[in-house]
Amino acid sequence: MKMPEPDAGVLARRAEIAQALTAIVPGDGGVIVDPDELRPYESDGLTAYRQPPMLVVLPETTEQVRRVLRYCHENGVKVVPRGAGTSLSGGALPLADGVLLGMGRFNRILEIDYDNRCVVAQPGVTNLGITKAVEHKGFYYAPDPSSQIACSIGGNIAENAGGVHCLKYGLTTNNVLGLELVMIDGEVIRVGGKHLDAEGYDLLGVLTGSEGLLGVVTEVTVRILRSPETARAMLAGFQTNEQAGDCVGRIIGAGIIPGGMEMMDGLAIRAAEEFAHAGYPLDVEALLIIELDGPEREVDDLIGRVTGIATETGASTIRISESNAEREAFWAGRKAAFPAVGRISPDYYCMDGTIPRHRLPEVLRRVTELSRQYGLRVANVFHAGDGNLHPLILYDANIPGELDKAEAFGADILKLCVEVGGVLTGEHGVGVEKRDLMTEMFSEDDLNQQQRLKCAFDPGSLLNPGKMFPELHRCAELGRVHVHRGKLPFPDISRF
Amino acid sequence: MVVSETIRPESADQLRDLLAWAASESKPLEIVGSGSKRALGRPVAADYVVELGALSGISLYEPDELVLSAGPATPLAEIETALAEKNQRLDFEPPDYGPLLSAPGGVRAGGADRTNAPPTGTLGGALMCNLSGPRRVKSGAARDHFLGFTAVSGHGTVFKSGGRVVKNVTGYDLSKLMAGSWGTLAVTTDVTIKVLPAAEKARTVLVFGGDAAIGGRAMTLALNSPYDVSAAAWLPESLAAQSAIDMVSAGKASVAAIRVEGFGPSVEYRCRILREQLGALGPTEELHSTNSVEFWKEIRDVMPFARPGDERLVWRLSVPPAAGPGIVAALAEEDGTDGFLDWGGGLVWLAVPPGAEAREPAVREAVARSGGHATLFRAPAELRGTVLVFQPQETAKAALTKRIKAAFDPAGILNPGRMYPES
Repeated sequence: MKMPEPDAGVLARRAEIAQALTAIVPGDGGVIVDPDELRPYESDGLTAYRQPPMLVVLPETTEQVRRVLRYCHENGVKVVPRGAGTSLSGGALPLADGVLLGMGRFNRILEIDYDNRCVVAQPGVTNLGITKAVEHKGFYYAPDPSSQIACSIGGNIAENAGGVHCLKYGLTTNNVLGLELVMIDGEVIRVGGKHLDAEGYDLLGVLTGSEGLLGVVTEVTVRILRSPETARAMLAGFQTNEQAGDCVGRIIGAGIIPGGMEMMDGLAIRAAEEFAHAGYPLDVEALLIIELDGPEREVDDLIGRVTGIATETGASTIRISESNAEREAFWAGRKAAFPAVGRISPDYYCMDGTIPRHRLPEVLRRVTELSRQYGLRVANVFHAGDGNLHPLILYDANIPGELDKAEAFGADILKLCVEVGGVLTGEHGVGVEKRDLMTEMFSEDDLNQQQRLKCAFDPGSLLNPGKMFPELHRCAELGRVHVHRGKLPFPDISRF
Repeated sequence: MVVSETIRPESADQLRDLLAWAASESKPLEIVGSGSKRALGRPVAADYVVELGALSGISLYEPDELVLSAGPATPLAEIETALAEKNQRLDFEPPDYGPLLSAPGGVRAGGADRTNAPPTGTLGGALMCNLSGPRRVKSGAARDHFLGFTAVSGHGTVFKSGGRVVKNVTGYDLSKLMAGSWGTLAVTTDVTIKVLPAAEKARTVLVFGGDAAIGGRAMTLALNSPYDVSAAAWLPESLAAQSAIDMVSAGKASVAAIRVEGFGPSVEYRCRILREQLGALGPTEELHSTNSVEFWKEIRDVMPFARPGDERLVWRLSVPPAAGPGIVAALAEEDGTDGFLDWGGGLVWLAVPPGAEAREPAVREAVARSGGHATLFRAPAELRGTVLVFQPQETAKAALTKRIKAAFDPAGILNPGRMYPES
């Protein structure tokens, strides 16, 4: 993975930069320069890539963030923002000549407002921390990425995090109401609030999922929802992926949007069952976990309808949770699928493409062919309702060349997703991981337009460079208007 | 007023050539779908009006995948018909402001006779203006259903963003930026949206009596309940009395309305419990089927202010929901002023007597206190040129807005001045 060439001039000024930042964030642990103490920051959730930062700064106030960014802006120093460091795409991978701006000390919930159904929090609060703060009143925060115990709400905004509930309740972007943002030049803007919809351009929408390339979030306002009266889960096992896919299509065709609808293939089922003892059937090749939530009367009704559809589409096993404990057990296997796969292989590499759901059987067949071709096993877990596929490629990093092989296999899977009409990433982000694949999905003109937006926020490309874009163009070059001199050149257009 | 020449490109390629030419010649263009929202926003001074009518038609509709792609000028009526055949719908409930904006002078009649009138407006227009109906509180805005697009930028370059799958975080989410940009950044040639199953059944619980604060309590109680409310509105007695729905007008009182949608048995169950719980605030009633549908069309389309002869100016305020009742109570105290609430209190519609000032200071001050923003929604063109139609922005945000506009449209050819005097 090629990162931007470190700037020798900046590296030579490391001590001076550390001193200047210490003046802004004084006190113990405000600025980290010791190589041993920098090591924990050298990677995020994508551990295949490692690079210690030049230094780490851990501000506590918006004012400190503002001054750190303004200093870096004025001195041409690159900045990599970091939340909890759980990114699976290398979004927080440091730069050798960059400041790593850790937001972990922004860990307070500022306001809970039930009448307006929202929570105002600092960005370092964990995703689950929001739900924990309001669940005693029967509320929760809907997006639930599987790292929700650890991942921060600020990181969720940067990556537009999803989770198993997003088919029904949306991704992060559909659940954020407001932000405070510090831009690279130190300007602070507030976007949104407790009201709905933006005034002016929808900055909230474009900042969510911008992967730390546009600014640093210092406060968030998120929407909370009243917890459903009840939730029940169903396991439906099938002999083929086609049958399971058909079942998913018919559930949605019947107008039912389940709270969650997950699919696992044979290898994933067996690994998860061995690890979590969730009670999964082992004699099936595809397993659906379908959760229906809402008022009791509705859930009972829908369980009946979905059971009928699963039976019609050839389910060989159907089990319905009879208690909350049993429902949680059904999920325990799915939620443990990644570590479970981690037990049957020294290393695994998690992919994140989205496909039009009806292409699933074809995509799985071709993934199996690729698996044979690369000589690496693959387990598939799948957010079935929205077509978000997570193939886990099993490899051993200690075998020379095997990581490269896993990466090449992963790239082939993502190219396949794009080929069938899907996209490179459904919820993990582009980061460094999929950066060089962006040209599979986007033309040069597409990427140039995205970069022009980046230029409007960060003209010097100091914020998280080396992520998302395979190649960074100079802003002046992108801003030029091409001249097509002449008269209105098309007599064939209808004019009135 | 100078009459602009109208150009109707027949294809995306012609549109691209037109924009490339206009960019190099700095010729400002007004971009129009069906023109149903031309009276919204600031008036655009353009040399040419570009009508997108040829970029119409559904190119992809996969009900099982919940996606639909179409040309931006595809009439909403055509989309809604196609979706209804598969028991699906646009969940953001796009409003039809035809009657509201054509009054005074009424091109189209208001009132009950428009029951079967097809909605005006196009899919592209609904998305670019990011205008959403009462279901906004549950299902999100137009922008939340906008998955991807192909467009021509003010550079005269074709680019795309997003995709045709419902879950996608690849690159910046430019669909969000386009939604609510009022045609000032780029002109779409193809858009893809998320569609959702239509509800099997809809009912509305009515709670009569009391002031806006009581109405606010009813709406908050309902929206904070686990009963999955899909709309919550409040009308004062004066406006409830004009409703075409007998049960609403016959109440001779203000009314809070709570909509419940979904599968039959569930809707009946939830309505029953909500009526029990809301009964403490006032007498309750229930609207079924057609009455419920028609009532929410009145709210969605701001029909209380769309009656023939109503020449008042109309403001639209988006505020924290709990602040709405206080704002409507304070502002509607003035003579000749009426207000009602949608979005559980978060959307305030206000009609004020005509006048050069449009009561702007009072409206802006109310929004400044509560947080949120206000738009001068219906006013004569001259007034929309002098009063700031959209919420004024503070300096840093205004500067960023200008840089974003320039990133997409450096020559300033696309709907110049539509949102702000200089962008």
